[in-house]
Amino acid sequence: MRAFTFERAESVRAAAESASNNPEAKFIAGGTNLLDLMKLEIEVPTHLIDVNGLGLDKIEVTSEGGLRIGAMVRNTDLASHETVRRDYGLLSRALVAGASGQLRNKATTAGNLLQRTRCPYFYDTAQSCNKRMPGSGCSAIGGVTRQLGVIGTSEACIATHPSDMAVAMRALDAVVETTRPDGTNRSIPISDFHHLPGDSPHIETALEKGEMITAVTLPKPAGGMHIYRKVRDRASYAFALVSIGAIIQADGTGRVAVGGVAPKPWRVDAADAALAKGAKAACAELMADARPTDDNRFKIALVERTLAAVIEETRDKP
Amino acid sequence: MKFEKPATTNPIDNLTVVGKPIHRIDGELKTTGRAKYAYEWHDPDIDYAYGYPLGSSIAKGRIRSMDTAAAKKSPGVISVVTALDVGKRDLGSKNTANLFGGDEVQHYHQAIAIVVAATFEQARAASALIKVDYAVGEGVFDLSTATKDAKKPKAEGGTEPDSSVGDFEGAFANAAVKLDATYTTPDQSHAMMEPFASIAAWNGDELTVWTSSQMIDWWRTDLATTLGIDKEKIHLMSPFIGGGFGGKLFLRSDAVMAAFAAKAAGRPVKVALPRPFLVNNATHRPATIQRIRIGATRDGKITAIGHESWSGDLPGGQPETAVMQTRLLYAGENRMTAMRLATLDLPEGNSMRAPGEAPGLMALEIAIDEIAVKLGMDPVEFRILNDTQVDPEKPGRNFSHRNLVGCLTLGAEKFGWNARGKPGTKREGGQFIGLGMAAAFRNNLVMPSGARVKLDARGDITVETDMTDIGTGSYTILAQTAAEMMGVPMEKVGVHLGDSRFPVSSGSGGQFGANSSTSGVYAACVKLREAVAQKLGFNSQDIEFANGEVRSDNRVVPLSQAAGPEGLVGEDTMQWGDLEKTYQQSTFGAHFVEVGVDVATGEVRLKRMLAVCAAGRILNPITARSQVIGAMTMGAGLALSEELSVDKRRGFFVNHDLAGYEVAVHADIPHQDVIFMDETDPISSPMKAKGVGELGLCGVSAAIANAVYNATGIRVRDYPVTLDKLIHELPEVA
Ligand SMILES: Cc1cc2nc3c(=O)[nH]c(=O)nc-3n(C[C@H](O)[C@H](O)[C@H](O)COP(=O)(O)OP(=O)(O)OC[C@H]3O[C@@H](n4cnc5c(N)ncnc54)[C@H](O)[C@@H]3O)c2cc1C
Ligand code: SF4
Repeated sequence: MRAFTFERAESVRAAAESASNNPEAKFIAGGTNLLDLMKLEIEVPTHLIDVNGLGLDKIEVTSEGGLRIGAMVRNTDLASHETVRRDYGLLSRALVAGASGQLRNKATTAGNLLQRTRCPYFYDTAQSCNKRMPGSGCSAIGGVTRQLGVIGTSEACIATHPSDMAVAMRALDAVVETTRPDGTNRSIPISDFHHLPGDSPHIETALEKGEMITAVTLPKPAGGMHIYRKVRDRASYAFALVSIGAIIQADGTGRVAVGGVAPKPWRVDAADAALAKGAKAACAELMADARPTDDNRFKIALVERTLAAVIEETRDKP
Repeated sequence: MKFEKPATTNPIDNLTVVGKPIHRIDGELKTTGRAKYAYEWHDPDIDYAYGYPLGSSIAKGRIRSMDTAAAKKSPGVISVVTALDVGKRDLGSKNTANLFGGDEVQHYHQAIAIVVAATFEQARAASALIKVDYAVGEGVFDLSTATKDAKKPKAEGGTEPDSSVGDFEGAFANAAVKLDATYTTPDQSHAMMEPFASIAAWNGDELTVWTSSQMIDWWRTDLATTLGIDKEKIHLMSPFIGGGFGGKLFLRSDAVMAAFAAKAAGRPVKVALPRPFLVNNATHRPATIQRIRIGATRDGKITAIGHESWSGDLPGGQPETAVMQTRLLYAGENRMTAMRLATLDLPEGNSMRAPGEAPGLMALEIAIDEIAVKLGMDPVEFRILNDTQVDPEKPGRNFSHRNLVGCLTLGAEKFGWNARGKPGTKREGGQFIGLGMAAAFRNNLVMPSGARVKLDARGDITVETDMTDIGTGSYTILAQTAAEMMGVPMEKVGVHLGDSRFPVSSGSGGQFGANSSTSGVYAACVKLREAVAQKLGFNSQDIEFANGEVRSDNRVVPLSQAAGPEGLVGEDTMQWGDLEKTYQQSTFGAHFVEVGVDVATGEVRLKRMLAVCAAGRILNPITARSQVIGAMTMGAGLALSEELSVDKRRGFFVNHDLAGYEVAVHADIPHQDVIFMDETDPISSPMKAKGVGELGLCGVSAAIANAVYNATGIRVRDYPVTLDKLIHELPEVA
């Protein structure tokens, strides 16, 4: 970990401004991802801006009947919120499938969306990695890739986005609210928020320099059955090999987002349209351009089988 | 004392304290955080410095040069000591890879520098500033291809790599029913909670080291060799160890670097190895490829059994002795075993809990399940039919005590084994349900073990030995032994462990610790009892120690009085005769498990586990049970998720943290039951006990794999049994 200076921001605007003035600055929320990465010198900010004290920890109903979730709402509080559990069960279930109780008590909505990949080569600074050191090469390709991505990847990077929460947010059509250093606000649909790696895997999101997340809003409840199914080698405290976040209506239509397979929560319009026809049809659309490695080819079959089980579960229940 | 003849009646048989379910006497210290582990020693008067290591970023080659200028200038840095500075060192007798020193790189994350600074954070930050110029060498990292050059290893410690009885090839060729299958186990990590950590302090030419070691004397000896100093100049302490599982049997780089760093910094230095070092800097259990052939008659008698195993290690290393149990576990007239060793440039392979037997039984006990299936026999019945009461390679040699059959029968009854259905036929909700079982087998080893036992004027007893407590309960069972021998309650006994000023003990490893070290205390107590008798002028033959008193005929004297103001001391070392050679001494058990396999995803989750163990006298059912359930938990991880993933191009274990190397977590472990057979083994020791710490691991992983087969009809022969090996054969999801 490199030495850094620390500041407690006075306002959202001041935080964003400070971040844009200092090219090596980073916001710190729960710190559960950032501090680990700093200890390993994967992240080397020289200045930290604490954004915890800015009143961004509220959950409110919006005028459209949706929900506005403050950027600093802790994962535990979000998962256990009454409205979330009732109307956005998918989000609640995805959250509690992630990390551990202690981590969820610290982790925030914004931090969770921005957590970085768990590619093991990204974590070993002795290995080349295009995400960590742009242009240095990707040592994962041709190496140990069982956990890594099968779709949306590139020649430069095959890492996945590891978040469970983001998969639910994607299925729920969340919108990320931000404030820029000049004081202007933006609303970024979650579908556009995470970038695919292409030839610049170090650019992971639509956020501009200094731009700060203030909230995530959800449209009004979509109804239907909400299922989050996380598949992993051990029963807890492991990132997903594959996860399915689905909202399925009584008539079998619905939406599905997939985790553990791509550099972002993976959702395809054509797959949603095919969902009523069953898992095979939906999966064919979801995984249409998949480029797995020998180690992780199984994920494609796993997505289909897991989705089939999810659909079956909705049929079992009235 | 030398243990040469089977034990007869002795004071331990009173069982007033020994054998009782007594809670750990160090439990309160641990639960209140007052037990001091190596890194936590803190003398407020000492200005400790902190060392942070740098590991090699290549797997093989040579260091051409190192540039430490930036690190030396970094804030707080006191000194930087590199492998080039200290030069090549003599290799410790128990080490295969160099720990620190010289320009040769033998494996990834080999320690090549230690940065010492005023704070841990400063040292860590500075370590990242060192630039290293390597001449990269060509390494061999893939066991599956390296086996073609594998060689027959040297016989180590009486272990011949090959064995052969009768005509295996002929008998196998002619057998009515045959199995020929190959199994693999991956590289596995000890993954203990407490990392390697040491504090070193020099006083002139004398060195004091607080460390985390299972074997005080081995460490001290090898540290002296590596530093090139006299062993007598080293004082080593390791009173509490936060898990070792064999990883802390042999001197590690933290102690060596701490010693060099403390010398260079001119003050005491603390060094803890970062988590990734536990994988690539330390030792691991090597991967194996095992071929097993079994031939049987139609009515289920084994006529031929062959087990070959390939593993790899650095030059000068040893094989994983995965065939050893096959020499002893089942009958059969025609037999062969063989071990071959390939050269690999991965980190050093070495002992991990139940070395040999754990991976060996992972394979053998699936093979037994498979041949039972071919025969249409119940696997419990098949094992009972092929039981042997003699060493099958040397039929003149009996087992000291062997009740495998009892374990199998009782386990089957208690577990409800009869309810087992045909493979792939039982479904509950979204899971296939299956039952599986395996035999457990682990040799019982003994090691010389010394102790000093003191009696003071208050009638208090103090035990001193360099024995270690690696979380096993040594403190408690040694106190029980002394209390029983001296006829005092537990509260009157204090135990001090893990200090090189105390008599050399067995240490903790190979499940020899409990039986050997209690025997050492037994021997010292016999001496102390004699001293008491002599002091009081009693005839030591018919003297009784009970209730804090010594009794002979009509005379009763409180121990405190016998001690006198000076107190009395008994010191001795238990030595072992040749009962180990004349009898085969082993421990036995049976594992039963129930699993559920997700019909769609193939995720395997445990539902119930039972182990029945026959391991001689159980010295304390609480600590013994905790060993067995811990081992069952470890076996669950080895069966279902643990695998060090090798990058075969760059030669290192990629998943070098606890997020990537998945041990079992709480949610993976269901209800566990342990039953101990009520038995004693007088041939094993005066305690009539045997080891139990590793038995619980032996066979459990195969029982899980067999249960997965019973649940799904899918036979996985490559560990770990992960869902990607199952889903392609599972039925379609509707
Ligand atoms: C052992 C372990 C296991 C885990 N398992 C899982 C799991 O199974 N599933 C899962 O989904 N996650 C898992 N996680 C990840 C966890 O969810 C994240 O660490 C957490 O959500 C990050 O939130 P945080 O508030 O602590 O973020 P921080 O660490 O504080 O920040 C993360 C990033 O977000 C940026 N940031 C923070 N706030 C803002 C803001 N308002 N605007 C702009 N940028 C901001 C920071 O600069 C930083 O780059 C695990 C983590 C650990 C350590
Ligand atoms: S896959 Fe991406 S994150 Fe992993 S090493 Fe390659 S570039 Fe880095």
